[in-house]
Amino acid sequence: MRVLLSGNEAVARGCYEHGVKVATAYPGTPSTEILENVVKYKDDVYSQWSPNEKVAFEVAMGASFGGVRTLVAMKHVGLNVAADPLMTSTSVGGDGGFVIVTADDPGMHSSQNEQDNRYYAKFAKIPLVEPSDSQEVLDFLGTAYEISEQFGTPVLFRLTTRLSHAKTPVELGERTEVAQKEYVKDTSSRVVIPAHARRLHVKVEKRLEAIREYAETSPLNRVIEGDPKVGVISSGISYQYARDALPEATFLKLGLSYPFPVELARKFCERFETVYVVEENEPFIEEFLRYAGITNIIGREKIPACGELNQRIVRDSISGEDTAGEKTPVPPRPPVLCPGCPHRSTFYTLNRLKIGSTSDIGCYTLGVMPPLEGIDTCICMGASIGNSLGMEKAIGKEFAKKMVAVIGDSTFVHSGMTGLADVAYNKGATTVIVVDNSITAMTGHQDHAGTGTTLMGESTTKLDYIKLAESVGVKDARRVNAFDMEAVKTAIKEATDNDEATLLVMEGPCALQVRGQWGPALVVDSENCTACGLCLRLGCPAISKDEDGKATINPLFCVGEFCSMCAQVCPVDCIAVPDKS
Amino acid sequence: MANKTTDVFICGVGGQGILLASEILSDVALAKGLDIKKSEVHGMAQRGGSVVSHVRFGEAIHSPVIAEGEADILASFEKMEALRWIQFVKPGGKVIVNSQEIVPSGMETYPPAIDRKISERVPDTMFIDALKLAKEAGHLRAVNIVMLGAFSHFLEFTEDEWKTAIKARVPKKTIEINLRAFELGRAAVSG
Ligand SMILES: Cc1ncc(C[n+]2csc(CCOP(=O)(O)OP(=O)(O)O)c2C)c(N)n1
Repeated sequence: MRVLLSGNEAVARGCYEHGVKVATAYPGTPSTEILENVVKYKDDVYSQWSPNEKVAFEVAMGASFGGVRTLVAMKHVGLNVAADPLMTSTSVGGDGGFVIVTADDPGMHSSQNEQDNRYYAKFAKIPLVEPSDSQEVLDFLGTAYEISEQFGTPVLFRLTTRLSHAKTPVELGERTEVAQKEYVKDTSSRVVIPAHARRLHVKVEKRLEAIREYAETSPLNRVIEGDPKVGVISSGISYQYARDALPEATFLKLGLSYPFPVELARKFCERFETVYVVEENEPFIEEFLRYAGITNIIGREKIPACGELNQRIVRDSISGEDTAGEKTPVPPRPPVLCPGCPHRSTFYTLNRLKIGSTSDIGCYTLGVMPPLEGIDTCICMGASIGNSLGMEKAIGKEFAKKMVAVIGDSTFVHSGMTGLADVAYNKGATTVIVVDNSITAMTGHQDHAGTGTTLMGESTTKLDYIKLAESVGVKDARRVNAFDMEAVKTAIKEATDNDEATLLVMEGPCALQVRGQWGPALVVDSENCTACGLCLRLGCPAISKDEDGKATINPLFCVGEFCSMCAQVCPVDCIAVPDKS
Repeated sequence: MANKTTDVFICGVGGQGILLASEILSDVALAKGLDIKKSEVHGMAQRGGSVVSHVRFGEAIHSPVIAEGEADILASFEKMEALRWIQFVKPGGKVIVNSQEIVPSGMETYPPAIDRKISERVPDTMFIDALKLAKEAGHLRAVNIVMLGAFSHFLEFTEDEWKTAIKARVPKKTIEINLRAFELGRAAVSG
């Protein structure tokens, strides 16, 4: 049957068809839908969210030790978090086939950087598979498992946003079961004490050379004949852009691009006067060519390093023209905290109290936008707490009264817990605010260890932030109703005033998760409205000014009494549910 | 028709049902046995940001995205959004705009003269009041299917093929409203 699947759905389908038994992940755009779709095959494939990518990686590696085909998926920066197990897993090698999916984000549609994770394959000395559409995702995933099992190595499988999220036709197949290998204790290859690791390194080098020989003739690397005068080398999504930009050219399309098939590439390049190397972001392939002394190539000198490519950019880069067309300036339409978002009260209060925050990654990062403007720093998952403590150590304890750490619940579970222990251990006065909407909202509402439900839909234990704080030594830890403006203000004041570490858990469900609780829109009694503008400082998309500067509420956006933060901040009580006004 | 690619660029504001419309278009093309690629970026769609979906179909499709100057049709579910992406329309291409105005959060009023600026860039522009037609069909949320109906008029599929795809995608209870929305949108541009 021919169906349309996104690249992420095709990975999930591939898990099913190629006999995968265990799949793990921590969510992250553009990779999230992989596991969200794997769970549809839960009778055949066990799947789970882990608290972060490092743990997800280690669980997957353990499953591979256990003798089954296993997959771990993450966004590009997730592999930074999992880099420690990655770098060593490569020498121990898999038993059950082990595939690591990295979904990179050229153009940074929803990421903090544009890192090209193909370098991780080279760094970790493992094979790199790069599909170019959803059918190849499905097919190449099977080959990736064969490579993994034949050579005893994890395989890095690289998607990018336009592969993960583009839907293209796929021919579905059946599931093939893969027999589980029996677990045999093998300390010489699974316990990496230096004596073993030295021998394992030699093994890895030999293995790489063997896989390179395999790559020279692998069907994943193929030539598409065209104009005998124009040669192009490309891989992944860049290949598709290059095909459209240079439809007549002859292509060397690399699907297994590391270990680099240098002889194949050399022979290809010998056929042409000039070969274009088309790559998004980094000149990964080009570097191998140049290292091999192949110089009749044009790559980075013309193809831009920053941002996503498309066929027009590739064509223009080569021709030197600019056919982008003129843009007409239009006001930006940036994403904002939704109407009814529980995070709003924290940032409004910080703003009013003139307290800054080191913050973190999630919906709440939108608290940086005017009028809330409550964020001083945002670097990577979990950085908020360490950043706050570090500022306090540099500037002094008093500074902790003016700077708090704000972190989401999922981010706290991901990598905030160790930061909190650090604050207690090193006697910080830091106030840590967990904005707890009880879900991973930013990436589309995934459960985590603090929500009480697993990916497979079972109810489970729920991390207790208060008990956790107490057990690491934070004596003052409390829950606050995020929709109670007065309570939020009192809690933040008290927490910042004292000289001790404090944990505040601002509780309130993500408004998008509880549509059933939305009520009729609030209305402004404009006769009594004094146009003081306080409610506008909430930055709620539902509230705007009328001609007289008075507040009006858009009934299509307002979620009603469920939130009512604006009604609470109004000094003259002129915002209310319709029948009360 | 050999090697001809049709590029439909759909844009609007998160929450307007853009992805459903492009899903239905893709279903119709797939059912015809065509090669088809559809691309959009997930993540921000629900948070009031600008949303686009690229749909390309034909004999053989390579890139999943439409580049600047390539779109045969740009269908914008919101007025200002048409102008934001106007450079994607190919010379001689067509623009269909829902004249609905959604003020971006943080702005107090809607910028003026958007209609004129769009028509200056692309003479073949049609404005329709999709919100009004959606209301007429039975639900404000049917704006997306009104717009689908409007741009469907300029594509080579039959009315039946469209309706079959709509029925398969929308919730059962809303089939009637959506079919009416489709017809109203189609009629609005064929007059
Ligand atoms: C290492 C890493 N993994 C994953 C992500 C993707 N990501 C961005 S924010 C976020 C979590 C947001 O959840 P939460 O902290 O609960 O805040 P919310 O969005 O619910 O407000 C994730 C998983 C990332 N940016 N970096």
